[in-house]
Amino acid sequence: MITRRKLLKSGAATSLALATPGLFAPAIAQGAKIRIGYVSPQSGPLAGFAESDAYNIEAFLATEAGQNFEVIVKDSQSDPNRAASVAKELIVDDEINLMIVASTPETTNPVATTCEAEGMPVISTKAPWQPWFIGQQGNPGDPASWTPFNYAFHYFWGLEDVIAVFLNMWNQVETNKQVGGLFPNDGDGNAWGDPNVGVGPGFAAQGYTLTDPGRYQNLNDDFTAQINAFKAANAEIVTGVVIPPDFTTFRNQALQQGFNPKIITVAKAILFPQSVEALGEAGHNLSSEVWWSNTHPFKSSLTGQSAAELAADYTTKSGRPWTQPIGFVHSLFEVASNVMGRVSDVTDADAVAAAIAATDLDTMVGKVAWNGEGVPDFAKTNVTKTPLVGGQWRRKEDGTFDLVIVDNQTAPAIPTGGTMEALA
Amino acid sequence: MIWIDVLVQGILLGGLYALFAAGLSLVFGIMRLVNLAHGDLIVFAAFAILLITGTLGLNPFLAALLAAPLMFAAGWTLQRFVLNRVLGKDILPPLLVTFGLSVALQNGMLEIFSADSQRLSVGRLESASIDLGVVTVGTLPLLTFASAVGVIFVLNRIFYTTALGRAFRAVSDDPTTASLMGLNPKSIFAIATGLAMVIVTLAALYLGMRSNFDPSIGPARLLYAFQAVIIGGLGSLWGTLAGGAIIGVAQTFGAQINPEWQILAGHIAFLVVLLIRPRGLFPRAVD
Repeated sequence: MITRRKLLKSGAATSLALATPGLFAPAIAQGAKIRIGYVSPQSGPLAGFAESDAYNIEAFLATEAGQNFEVIVKDSQSDPNRAASVAKELIVDDEINLMIVASTPETTNPVATTCEAEGMPVISTKAPWQPWFIGQQGNPGDPASWTPFNYAFHYFWGLEDVIAVFLNMWNQVETNKQVGGLFPNDGDGNAWGDPNVGVGPGFAAQGYTLTDPGRYQNLNDDFTAQINAFKAANAEIVTGVVIPPDFTTFRNQALQQGFNPKIITVAKAILFPQSVEALGEAGHNLSSEVWWSNTHPFKSSLTGQSAAELAADYTTKSGRPWTQPIGFVHSLFEVASNVMGRVSDVTDADAVAAAIAATDLDTMVGKVAWNGEGVPDFAKTNVTKTPLVGGQWRRKEDGTFDLVIVDNQTAPAIPTGGTMEALA
Repeated sequence: MIWIDVLVQGILLGGLYALFAAGLSLVFGIMRLVNLAHGDLIVFAAFAILLITGTLGLNPFLAALLAAPLMFAAGWTLQRFVLNRVLGKDILPPLLVTFGLSVALQNGMLEIFSADSQRLSVGRLESASIDLGVVTVGTLPLLTFASAVGVIFVLNRIFYTTALGRAFRAVSDDPTTASLMGLNPKSIFAIATGLAMVIVTLAALYLGMRSNFDPSIGPARLLYAFQAVIIGGLGSLWGTLAGGAIIGVAQTFGAQINPEWQILAGHIAFLVVLLIRPRGLFPRAVD
């Protein structure tokens, strides 16, 4: 047995130390990798959005471009406060060169705000741009006070796109144009349900009347009030931005209380195939906005994979169905590596921010270029948009669901797989 | 018309809250133990039922029947080997232990079952309803309420007509004297927690059929359960049912005025009851 004393006596300690110089040598920058910090909700209620993170990161690091990078992942635990504090850790302790962040305003906003304050360039996605841009302003109620960001950049779609997609889908079916809205008291619900800048005025422009009973608390156990209000308004369409458990509660209560709308188009609740499967037959023909699918005609700038190939590869490696976030998380790394490839000094935050602003890249989710196209003036330096279409879940014989794209008027390049059908 | 509907739906919702609260009330009443992991244990039981339905292809009701003894064993073990060690004069250690248990359970379940939204599927029963003329009530909410009444009736019978119930009351009133009479409070406590877990299984069954569940939703249900227990009065099981109904009705009435008032109305009802009767509506024990 080797005791400490014996080891010292034999002088082995000295030779051990000599044999492994690397262990004690200072960390020299030679061949140092570019450090990317990534904050995402790996656990907690939003964990579904981050399900494919590990797969995406592994795939990125395996590419040729990926060899130059080190990705440091921090879990926001679906908590905005925690997201802000891990963002700070990444900037101060891990000395990252670029921050990327994704998945709902609850994650993107605290991280982007922290980065902006610390002068750290950040690329953000997977949150509609209004809650992202307006939500980070000092006074969201006063458009005159809104200022652009120097280091924070975002790509996704906005409420105007969702309104257009929803209306295009609804126009395919004969209804009385009475719409019931389910908007919870959270970042998304408040943005969607806002009477001035929310979805209501957009619907009204095409003759649809929105009945909005008011903000309810997430994880609600009773929707009687909403159902009564929708019945009173004779609503044939229900829309909203609802979390999965609440949507199930609402759907069951609506059926129990004899409220049967012709169309239900909701965001969030039916994003993931697992949530739709949990609904069983009641999930058939529910409709939603689609930001990415395996039929999107886009290719990765990193791996050359098509959308279909990426989705299939994920399913093979994980044994789980593809979900919309996969394409977007993939694209984050495309944009990050493209940006860092165009700067000479990766530690120069201003140069990196300038490189992000100059991005013009065809990615897995479409073109990403902060050129201000389709975005109001106040947000055009920081926001760019990716295409959005509408889809319907169709139940198959074996109880699984297919997401079929039923409307592409907003992005004709994306092929449709059918037309909008009314609920049974 | 609409107000009758709101009242009925509120009472039925109260049944669900009472079912969440009954197990809590039992444990709280007997050993003054505030189980902060109660909500997570409900979710845990829901996953247990889901696993049984998945592997054996059983109806969730039958699966719950199988899960109940397993949960009894889990509750017994938890009390016997963990909670009994921290019970004492100081109420803080058991509180901290159950808080830790809550965090561990949530993350353990996230690791095992992932963040997917799950559901106990019962086909047509989910959307079935009964037309009572004035109001239409869902079959499932009605069953939930009936089960809550049933559970509380049975628990009351156990409490006041059996030897076990006498032991429960004895160790609750004075554990020292009870142990002089030959009772072992610790093993009585273990049985009580086991029994509470059987009720938790039933609550899990109805939660899983009513809505989706995932590892993170447990704590949200805990608050209403606590309020139902406090409104009802410490140790009173029928009081817990009344407490659940009061919160349920307050919430549906609040929501009918404006959905923003839904949760607040429940809390206001809770505060009003506490203002008028600080010890709850039907307190059993004096302590």
